[in-house]
Amino acid sequence: MNDRQFCSRVIERVAGRAEAQVAVVRGPSGLTRFANSFIHQNVAEDQAAVSLTVSIGGRVATFTSNRTGGDAIDDLIDRSLAAAALRPVDPLWPGMAPAAGVAAVDHYDAPTADAEPATRAAIVRDFIDAGGGLSGAGFCETEGTTVTFANTEGQRCEGSATRAILDGIHQTPLSAGKAHQTANIVAALDGIDAGRMAAEKARSSVDAIDLKPGRYEVVLEPDAVATILIFLAVYGFNARAAIEQRSFVELGSLQFDQTITLIDDPTRDDALGVAFDAEGTPKGATTLIEAGTARSLTHNRRTAGQMDAVSTGHAVSGGGGFGAFATNMFLEPGDASLDAMVASVDRGLLVTEFNYCRVLDPRTLAVTGLTRNGTFLVENGEIAGPVSNLRFTQSFASALGPGAVLSVEDAARFANSDFGPGFAHVPSVRLAEWNFTGGVQA
Amino acid sequence: MFEVVQAAVEGAIAGGATYADVRAQVRRSETIDAQNGVIETLASAEAVGIGVRALLGSSWGFFATPGFDLSEAHQAGARAADIARASASVSGARLELADVEVAEATYATPHQEDPFAVSLEEKADLLVAATDQLAQPEAVAVANAGVAFWDTETWFGSSQGHRIHQHLVESGGGMSAMAADGSETQVRSYPQSFGQFETGGYEVIRRFDLLANAERLAGEAVDLLGADQCPEGDRTLILEGSQLALQIHESVGHAIELDRILGWEAAFAGTSFLDLSELGSMRYGSPLMNITADATLPGALGTFGFDDEGTAAQRVDIVREGIWVGVLSGRDSATIAGITPGGMVRGDGYNRLPMVRMTNVGILPGDSTLEAMIAETDDGVYMSTNRSWSIDDKRLNFQFGCEIAWEVKDGRLGRMLKNPTYTGITPDFWGSLDRLAGPEELVHWGTPNCGKGQPMQVGHTGHSAVPARFDNVRIGVTA
Repeated sequence: MNDRQFCSRVIERVAGRAEAQVAVVRGPSGLTRFANSFIHQNVAEDQAAVSLTVSIGGRVATFTSNRTGGDAIDDLIDRSLAAAALRPVDPLWPGMAPAAGVAAVDHYDAPTADAEPATRAAIVRDFIDAGGGLSGAGFCETEGTTVTFANTEGQRCEGSATRAILDGIHQTPLSAGKAHQTANIVAALDGIDAGRMAAEKARSSVDAIDLKPGRYEVVLEPDAVATILIFLAVYGFNARAAIEQRSFVELGSLQFDQTITLIDDPTRDDALGVAFDAEGTPKGATTLIEAGTARSLTHNRRTAGQMDAVSTGHAVSGGGGFGAFATNMFLEPGDASLDAMVASVDRGLLVTEFNYCRVLDPRTLAVTGLTRNGTFLVENGEIAGPVSNLRFTQSFASALGPGAVLSVEDAARFANSDFGPGFAHVPSVRLAEWNFTGGVQA
Repeated sequence: MFEVVQAAVEGAIAGGATYADVRAQVRRSETIDAQNGVIETLASAEAVGIGVRALLGSSWGFFATPGFDLSEAHQAGARAADIARASASVSGARLELADVEVAEATYATPHQEDPFAVSLEEKADLLVAATDQLAQPEAVAVANAGVAFWDTETWFGSSQGHRIHQHLVESGGGMSAMAADGSETQVRSYPQSFGQFETGGYEVIRRFDLLANAERLAGEAVDLLGADQCPEGDRTLILEGSQLALQIHESVGHAIELDRILGWEAAFAGTSFLDLSELGSMRYGSPLMNITADATLPGALGTFGFDDEGTAAQRVDIVREGIWVGVLSGRDSATIAGITPGGMVRGDGYNRLPMVRMTNVGILPGDSTLEAMIAETDDGVYMSTNRSWSIDDKRLNFQFGCEIAWEVKDGRLGRMLKNPTYTGITPDFWGSLDRLAGPEELVHWGTPNCGKGQPMQVGHTGHSAVPARFDNVRIGVTA
């Protein structure tokens, strides 16, 4: 029995007794970790998981299992229905997603899904060799995922996607430099290029000075920008945050600089993932910010029901408590090269990435965190030298506020973020001010 | 079940592994969340499968597969060995495992009441009632309450002959009230932020007595909206126990992980400011600071019988009278460091490679009390319950935010303060520890959400803590 048949069988057997939706997620994944310039952990898994949600008149229960054989169906259904029958009615239950077409996207690459450990090891080898004797650490991951979905409203959808990631640092005894690549095909990963970039940053970061904390102009590279965006997505544009009065977002207001246009769109050819969400709602392009103006919140069916809106297809698996947030963001590039952006800075900092960011105040999206793996002082338009990592305490919302974005890079890439890789495709940005509140040593 | 385990071990050894171990596991979980009087989430899960760890040369190979089919188990062992072999093209020094007693044993979490046997109606009614009470004040915009339970049964075997059956039961939960006035939000949580978690059954939840604390909690959240902002400056800082527990977790627990110290986590979780050459001599904190990693504490969240390498649970001294004396280790890392393995390697489910993890990393109590340390403070701030946490990749520079604080003036608690934060450098901060409450105020706090590793693993760790006082700490950092 294949996953489509499995889902159909589940829905057939539940129909008439409850509303139901079932999803099977299946696929291979492999991750090769390296440290001290050798592979120390190398893992692989054939993942398989089925999730069944049933509703008996608003009494809702979800049961998740990694038993996906035909003999598991009755047990899955019985346990879900039994649990639902014992709980109170949820007056906010929005019902299952209606049948609707899903955009045809092709984000699957068989060689990526089937990549062997040797393929990942070769990429790691290139990364380490390109370091020229520095100490390399990081990981290379390949995965293929197929999601099959069905519900009692007649919605049926299926999608497959692959993802390949190379993320690594090179280290001297006193410094580290970082490079990151995410793509939907493993052939796009270039260990040599990434290794050279990381090594160059590491070597450039030796003999870092401790900079006095304060407010500095900054050029943030894509990995730092991606962290800002995922925080905007989770704590700002997430409709649940708005319902709970935690969000700073005011739709229709010019809350950001006019250079900022942010669109969540998993249907682009170069996007990652499948084109429907965990509730089976089709995904499309959602404009979050249009030339600085906040345009749309992201909804699942529950938040949409609460706000008299329509689900935007942002339900996340198992994440109802977190709400609904964008995971396929594209920040529109600008017209400046990274070199030109740096050249425009009189005195400021070039930041590779942020680390360990946490929200202090959701209403202002005040966040504290640190810089990592390459922070450089820029003076008179040139890199003056490396600085030690700095702690910041900064409102992410106001950092991108009107007039605060001085330029946006003319190129973009998938970046890593404090929440992980692949959520955002972004350029570097130059910001008027960033509030650094402490050095790592003091 | 040990037949399946043995088949996988044999598959790995036949595939060329010099050592292999296998966990066959059945893990059940249940999560129930309520918001504003409505049950939002009722989710149950089970994960059934085997994970094989094979050692070849300098690398671990790991392969996981669902189910307990004998043939597939043997193949999984072979796959694990193949994966380890693929690492040979980028190899390092041969990895050796420190000797441990080859155990044939069983262990089960002592508990009174199977949390999965308690009716869903009873659990749901409790959470609905709690959130109803929390939401009584008009200014409380969001009232949350939740419980979660895990039941994990593992059969562990190794090519050296380990045969261990272990059954862990973990329970926990909590509640929070978030007040809002249109321009800001303030939150109060109980028993701590994200809830309190322990090894044990439903008796853990009953002990919380959520309903008795709801009115106070909601009132404090509302009062915070009108409270004064925490001032900025250097002050005497008194921390409530659960905040000290997180301080220990972040600035001690992760720093003493031997895999971090050896650089194995450098690119992701980070390294450590600690240098093994200073083990036994480096001053970590004041002489009042005594830290242990103790996996045998009854009821604590990081308590078990054997770790996921088959090493028996034990107590290890980490900091003794302020001097750093111990680390968290496994069989491979201990060999490199030349120490005895501490039994601290655990995996998040059958399908994750076990790694060095905190057990119960906690502070031994002193001889003061919260009441006494307030009375002995002329000008300070008392902060309670974590709201945010951030620390650098060497575990040196931290900044924490708490939900609530009170000014301490002339030995008395004064006005309530909102948005309290404090920041510091790990050894300087611990060096300023000058009061520590006694055993009467000791709580085995549990952290159920410790992220580490790639693919990401979520660990359950324990941290015994008491209220503590620190001198001259920078507080009140704002954006």
